[in-house]
Amino acid sequence: MSGTAVKRQAAPGVRVGRVSFVWRPWMVLAVLLLAAAAFLVFCLSIGTGDFPIALPQVIATIFGRGEQIDEFVIMDLRMPRALVGLIVGVALGVSGAITQSIARNPLASPDVLGITSGASAAAVFLVTASGGAATAVTASLGLSAGALAGGLGTGLLVYLMAWRRGIDGFRLILIGISVSAVMEAITVWLLTRADIRDVAKAQAWLVGSLDERSWSEVWTALWCLLALLAVVAYAAFHLKPMHFGDEIAAGLGVRYGVVRAVLLLCAVLLAGVAVSAAGPVPFVALVAPQAAMRLTRHPTPPMAASGLVGALLLIGSDLVARTALPVSLPVGVVTAAIGGPFLVYLLVRANLRKGI
Amino acid sequence: MATQTSIQDPPRLTAEGVTVGYGGRTVIDGLDVAIPSGVITTIIGPNGCGKSTLLRTLSRLLKPAKGTVVLDGEDIGRLRTRDVAKKLGLLPQTPVAPEGLTVADLVARGRHPHQSWLRQWSSDDAEVVERALAMTGVADLAERPVDSLSGGQRQRVWISMTLAQGTDLLLLDEPTTYLDLAHAIDVIDLVDDLHESGCTVVMVLHDLNLATRYSDNLIVMKEGSVLAQGHPGDVITAELLREVFGLRARVIDDPVSGGPLIVPIGRTHVNA
Repeated sequence: MSGTAVKRQAAPGVRVGRVSFVWRPWMVLAVLLLAAAAFLVFCLSIGTGDFPIALPQVIATIFGRGEQIDEFVIMDLRMPRALVGLIVGVALGVSGAITQSIARNPLASPDVLGITSGASAAAVFLVTASGGAATAVTASLGLSAGALAGGLGTGLLVYLMAWRRGIDGFRLILIGISVSAVMEAITVWLLTRADIRDVAKAQAWLVGSLDERSWSEVWTALWCLLALLAVVAYAAFHLKPMHFGDEIAAGLGVRYGVVRAVLLLCAVLLAGVAVSAAGPVPFVALVAPQAAMRLTRHPTPPMAASGLVGALLLIGSDLVARTALPVSLPVGVVTAAIGGPFLVYLLVRANLRKGI
Repeated sequence: MATQTSIQDPPRLTAEGVTVGYGGRTVIDGLDVAIPSGVITTIIGPNGCGKSTLLRTLSRLLKPAKGTVVLDGEDIGRLRTRDVAKKLGLLPQTPVAPEGLTVADLVARGRHPHQSWLRQWSSDDAEVVERALAMTGVADLAERPVDSLSGGQRQRVWISMTLAQGTDLLLLDEPTTYLDLAHAIDVIDLVDDLHESGCTVVMVLHDLNLATRYSDNLIVMKEGSVLAQGHPGDVITAELLREVFGLRARVIDDPVSGGPLIVPIGRTHVNA
């Protein structure tokens, strides 16, 4: 350190060769703790089931030193479910962190911006429409791809409708809410017209669930997630000045239009990956970034911590959904039970601040 | 305060025949203006005359439909956003920081144009930020959240961030808005310090007497065009105030600075 007499006011940095970062010990510690907690819940989730396996054995098996019977149960039967939970949780957490940062509003999440409801409407359409093009699409691409396309299309529609010589966060949210309402109405309309067996199938998908996942689903989702996270990690650097609004960002040399478009596209795709892998699991994308902000004591949604909180929330909720009641519930029921009150808390807090 | 200025130096920033508007509405039509180096230039004019629009055009926030803005001899529209940010610091009207962000972190963001993904925080950055904090008198507040500060302190912090950007050309859009007179004077004294340390400053101000006292060069605008430009002592006259603002006023010698002082004459409370 330099020998200045005054106390250093600016944040200390870490320098390795030409690479340098601001040193935030609490953030690093929080991220490490969250990663450890997520791993622990991940292992607990794998160990829980009709054939319970103790935590040490689960960890040993994951690192390739388990017994053969455990290895079969864990690697073939339970791992895909837990991994999909992890992937979906991270994707939703990061997607929420991006949308909340760009809209500069804690209520902006892929749920609110119409992405989830658009995916649901598309999926329900594919399930309930009999014959013709819909069946052909479902047969060739699968329900997941159809849902992904629905989510993307709706996200794009909201973005275009909110565009008026730039994007205003509040307008984005209002239009997102209206488009979501339309999509939900379409979903309900499709369900009322549909055959009762199709309705049951569609309902199961609509709640969001991790049941019956395969390794092939894991790999597809994982590669999509990693590719998107790489783009987000790169672009997030330019997101930092955008927390102060477009004009300050422009003054600091950020091409905010490009950065925002790229990051929003990433957010939509991440939510799309999550929806196509597990159905519309509600509220995780809303809650995770807000919880991460509070845990890391960071004023803006932190990307890595949001992803980890998302994973923790999703796997934890799935664990609760499977064990809390005699019947196994879909994970979406539990996240909704956590997320609903949290949304109310955010609204009350926002209103108190405004002094209404 | 010395009145000699370096207006003879070539201007850093000029607008050449710029036409700007929002959507279909044209606010400024074919305007030419040059910002002299090393002095404080203040744009004044009645509400809606296009002063903020001119400042935003000069800073590249708005793209002119016609004409060009030239920064150090180059068309600002052709420069990379990041290169503009290394030459020109900009403080928009009433910016808002995320809740809970500390002063030090806000000011540190001013280094963004000099950083890259791999070099997010160098020793240069730390030094410049500390200097900016000290110069604007907010070093003691470094660990405080920006939202816990008073309006005047907050404005100092934003100016500090613009200063950390390390440019010698500063564009400030109404830096004294919503501040009481004592804090307004405090902030504008700070702007004067920055000018003394070698910055070229362009600002928009509402308060005519503050503009008159602190500026070396006034740009007087009305309905999107420049009506007068020059030293306040030459520009500010009772006729100009009536023509531009529709204001009846007397211009007397300021007993404090020796420059012109505007004393408005309303309908009432006027001695015969």
